Amino acid sequence: MSAVEEVANEAPAVEAVPKRAMTLGYGTSLVVLGLLIIAPMFLKNFFVFQMTMLLIYALAVLALNILTGGSGQFSLGQSAFYAVGAYTSAILMEHMGVNYALTLPIAGIICFGFGFLFGQPALRLSGIYLALATFALAVAMPQLLKLGFFEHWTGGVQGLVVTKPDAPFGLPISQDRWLYYFTLVIAIGIYIASVNLLRSRSGRAFMAIRDNEIAASAMGVDVALYKTLAFGVSAGITGVAGGLGAIAVQFVAPDGYTITLAISLFLGMVVGGVGWLPGSIVGSAFIIFVPNIAEHISKGLSGAVFGVLLFIVIFLVPHGARQVAIVAQQMLGKLKN
Amino acid sequence: MELFINQVLAGIATGAIYACMALAVVMIYQAIDHLNFAQGEMAMFSTFIAWQLMQWGVPYWWAFLLTLAFSFAGGIVIERMLFKPLAKAPVLTNVAGFIALFAIVNSVAGLTWDFTIKQFPTPFGSSPFLGSQLISTHQAGMIGVTVGLLVLLYLFFQFTRIGLAMRAAASLPESARLVGINTSWMIALGWGMASAIGAIAGILIAPVVFLEPNMMGGVLIYGFAAAVLGGLTSPLGAVVGGFLVGVFENLAGTYIPGVGNELKLPIALALIITVLVLKPAGLFGRPIVKRV
Repeated sequence: MSAVEEVANEAPAVEAVPKRAMTLGYGTSLVVLGLLIIAPMFLKNFFVFQMTMLLIYALAVLALNILTGGSGQFSLGQSAFYAVGAYTSAILMEHMGVNYALTLPIAGIICFGFGFLFGQPALRLSGIYLALATFALAVAMPQLLKLGFFEHWTGGVQGLVVTKPDAPFGLPISQDRWLYYFTLVIAIGIYIASVNLLRSRSGRAFMAIRDNEIAASAMGVDVALYKTLAFGVSAGITGVAGGLGAIAVQFVAPDGYTITLAISLFLGMVVGGVGWLPGSIVGSAFIIFVPNIAEHISKGLSGAVFGVLLFIVIFLVPHGARQVAIVAQQMLGKLKN
Repeated sequence: MELFINQVLAGIATGAIYACMALAVVMIYQAIDHLNFAQGEMAMFSTFIAWQLMQWGVPYWWAFLLTLAFSFAGGIVIERMLFKPLAKAPVLTNVAGFIALFAIVNSVAGLTWDFTIKQFPTPFGSSPFLGSQLISTHQAGMIGVTVGLLVLLYLFFQFTRIGLAMRAAASLPESARLVGINTSWMIALGWGMASAIGAIAGILIAPVVFLEPNMMGGVLIYGFAAAVLGGLTSPLGAVVGGFLVGVFENLAGTYIPGVGNELKLPIALALIITVLVLKPAGLFGRPIVKRV
């Protein structure tokens, strides 16, 4: 049998998710939003900081979700875009004295460009090959950041210290709370924009490519353009999250952006449910709190707990938090009747 | 010139390890069409077992054989318990499964044997090989074992019924099933062999990189680079790719200014991406054609 006759029956990377299953209902959204607004007022500064990180990782997971759940490509290299965003913010703030809020759109744009360009070669790869190429990107990133050539800007191995912004207009709230609400506003903005993006013409093009690339191209979708666009948008949002992360943690260093981060984000997406945008926050909570709790029980245990929980998710609830949400909804419906 | 030959030989020696890793990766890729991201950790775990056996006083070669047997069984158990149920799941779920396995094995090894660096013995000694200054006996041993392994695998796949059945199950599972081959067990067998081959790679490289739970991180990535370079569908390609990556890595580290040790890894990765873009099937792989 010659090679040409061979047929590749590749299973799609991601199962199809209908469009309206991507968001929460109106009422539930308002409840979640209300909780996110009120909760920090009663928490200590450290927990407020953790909630800020929760939102930041949720943004990064959301970005990956747009790429994977939307266009069906997947990436193990999001930490690289996160790092570029973080460094952009840090360098602009510390070396050029740019206001922290202004560094975020710049980080987003730079990462968009970076992601768009990386999407070009990635176009020819699919499934497992794409995972490998992005994996390579994530592994290479910390090494690149350590290069002597950029050291003047990046601080090399030492990294850069970032000043934490004060609340503006003399508002009487702590820096941590201010940063939390600042992050919350950006996160909500990006969330709404993402929902609209996926509902737009471009979003439909992404999904057409995800479900059947060949059919999509036959229908006149510019596959190359939309695939790289998905990469760009995803990288851009991750870059904004990275910039926010740098401001919140007040420090950037190459070893903060290793493959572990990329893998965490990937797992966050799987746990939250691929293609279900609100799942991003569930996934983010998973990747922030599970290792913490496990480390409390025994040092070095976090990896094992993480892995076992992940297998449980894969086997019992393969659609992640989305599946749990749907079951919960059905049970509520039964109670009402 | 001496420096050049020295670097090429050292590259071939480490390349032998990459070749073993690549071979293990290809074995599983052939069987289930997925890359095993946990391959390196599985190899690391096997190496720890060999180390533990030797601590208990088992002689080197007995420990080596026992470890191979254990890894073989372990690979089959992992396939039966964790990945057989995932066979029909999307790629994404499988990648998540491999990453979960990675985290579990790494963490369990750390908890059992802690994260301190341990010495690992070599059976070949570390004196210069045949009196030449170019290569040590351990490096020569690494090359020798890899070549031997390759010959054995070749004989196995070409001349035994089981080898033939495994090849059939990998290339055309449907037809293989029709002629009475138990494809499901062939996949398990592939996992077992991959796990054992990984164990050999781990035991051979441990004297060089020292034994600790994160020892295989870099090696696995070079193994991936090698497998991709040679073509994920070709075991021979994986081995050739392994040697090429080893030599390329050493030469780049020596001769390209500013690369040094720091940038060796990114170079290997740049190599992966370049190969994937220019020739996605690799040097020896079969191109896959999609039917519309």
